[in-house]
Amino acid sequence: MYSERVVDHFTNPRNVGAIEGADGKGQDSNPSCGDFTRITVRIADGTVAEAKFKTFGCSAAIASASMVTTLAVGKPVDDAARISAEDVLLALGGLPGPKHGCALMAAGALRSALADAKVKSR
Amino acid sequence: MRRIYLDHAATTPVDPRVADAMAAVYRDANGNPSSIHAEGRRARALVDEARDRVAAAIDADPAEIIFTSGGTEADNLAIRGTVHALRAKGDHVVTTAIEHHAVLDTVHELERDGVRATIVPVDRHGMVDPDDIARAITERTVLVSVMHANNEIGTVEPIAEIGRICRERGVVFHSDAVQTVGALAVDVRRIPVDLLSLNAHKFYGPKGVGALYVRTGTPFARMQTGGGQERDRRAGTENVAGVVGMGLALEIATRERPTESPRLAALRDRLLAGLRERVPDLVLNGHPTDRLPNNASICVRGVQGESLIVALDLAGIAASSGAACTTGSLEPSHVLLAIGLSREVAQGSLRLTLGRATTDEHIDVVLEELPKIASRLRAASAVA
Repeated sequence: MYSERVVDHFTNPRNVGAIEGADGKGQDSNPSCGDFTRITVRIADGTVAEAKFKTFGCSAAIASASMVTTLAVGKPVDDAARISAEDVLLALGGLPGPKHGCALMAAGALRSALADAKVKSR
Repeated sequence: MRRIYLDHAATTPVDPRVADAMAAVYRDANGNPSSIHAEGRRARALVDEARDRVAAAIDADPAEIIFTSGGTEADNLAIRGTVHALRAKGDHVVTTAIEHHAVLDTVHELERDGVRATIVPVDRHGMVDPDDIARAITERTVLVSVMHANNEIGTVEPIAEIGRICRERGVVFHSDAVQTVGALAVDVRRIPVDLLSLNAHKFYGPKGVGALYVRTGTPFARMQTGGGQERDRRAGTENVAGVVGMGLALEIATRERPTESPRLAALRDRLLAGLRERVPDLVLNGHPTDRLPNNASICVRGVQGESLIVALDLAGIAASSGAACTTGSLEPSHVLLAIGLSREVAQGSLRLTLGRATTDEHIDVVLEELPKIASRLRAASAVA
């Protein structure tokens, strides 16, 4: 059903948790199923130094959130903010059609956390 | 990889003795039961014998058994047939909030054709109150349909009492007994039920075969026309191998029930007690005692059922969930909402249903794996 990478990120999710005193906090949800993801980020020198997630959702939602945090860490904030659902899908080796919303939610939560960090830094 | 199958409410594996009997039919008895020649007579004898076996298991007369393509057709035939036959008498149907979709969706479709329906609620254990049924019946009521036991949460309903009420009020009573026949004693001479749905693949028989018991004298209209089979109540050439499989499977299940059902109940009780100890804040669904012997239904707060199913599957355990996403449907199960669970808790539902292959070792593995999975998923959960 799922690619090896999806299974890996679901069974051993990276960056689980919430950063205390985070520079940015974001959330996105999937209205069609009630799933939601929260992402917190720490920014250092214009780069995503740390990103953590928590998800109430299906296996694909958890894998997507895990993957999007690994894609974000180490990237300049503006580059990380451009990570799309397609980037998450590609990195995961694809998801079944009905689960594309999970990748969208992960990318949305990251973007929302980075936008929050931007506002707060001003 | 070692697999542990705990989804017997979805379907049971075909008993090898049943598979052999069916293979023999396909090999050696390929006549049409309606044909007059020897090949036809042989097929007819097999269908008759299967009908006798199914009837004997529920203490019915063989003439009261109509073979169908499964539980869904049996439910459709019971509801549509009764409503159609009694259209001149009334137009009101009473059923419950936790019925299988084969019943609920059929009733809702009839509502679009002008039939009125009362959907009776259940308590937090999923139990129907017979008084609620009595209050819902009007002089326009033609049918009451209440399942014998719920497929998701396992609660066994008081159908004998509901049947007595229906009989007093002169209303036809249908019960979907798909989950109970083979697992509990179902005796139509003791339970005042007029129509009863059965499904072979829930008691180690083949998929695609079921039956509807129709008590002699019950008003009934056929839904399918054609060759006049099944005493003109369900046209179509009989699924000979299928009904042979069903008859044998039910005979075996009935014979083994006195030892098998208590064995499953003991394993299930150990499973639930163990999970309760090892998974904090676990929600147990269904009635604590009046329940199917093999059913364990739980909710793990803060976790999506789909995640539980996938994680268990990866650990070699097959289970199911009435919750969002797993079946492509995005709504939490209507049954879990009907017993008063919040959408969020209902989304974390997990159903483990035991069967003949289930051993103490299987339970040990689940008690080892599931708490680990629950705590891992909870650690990553956005719900505090």
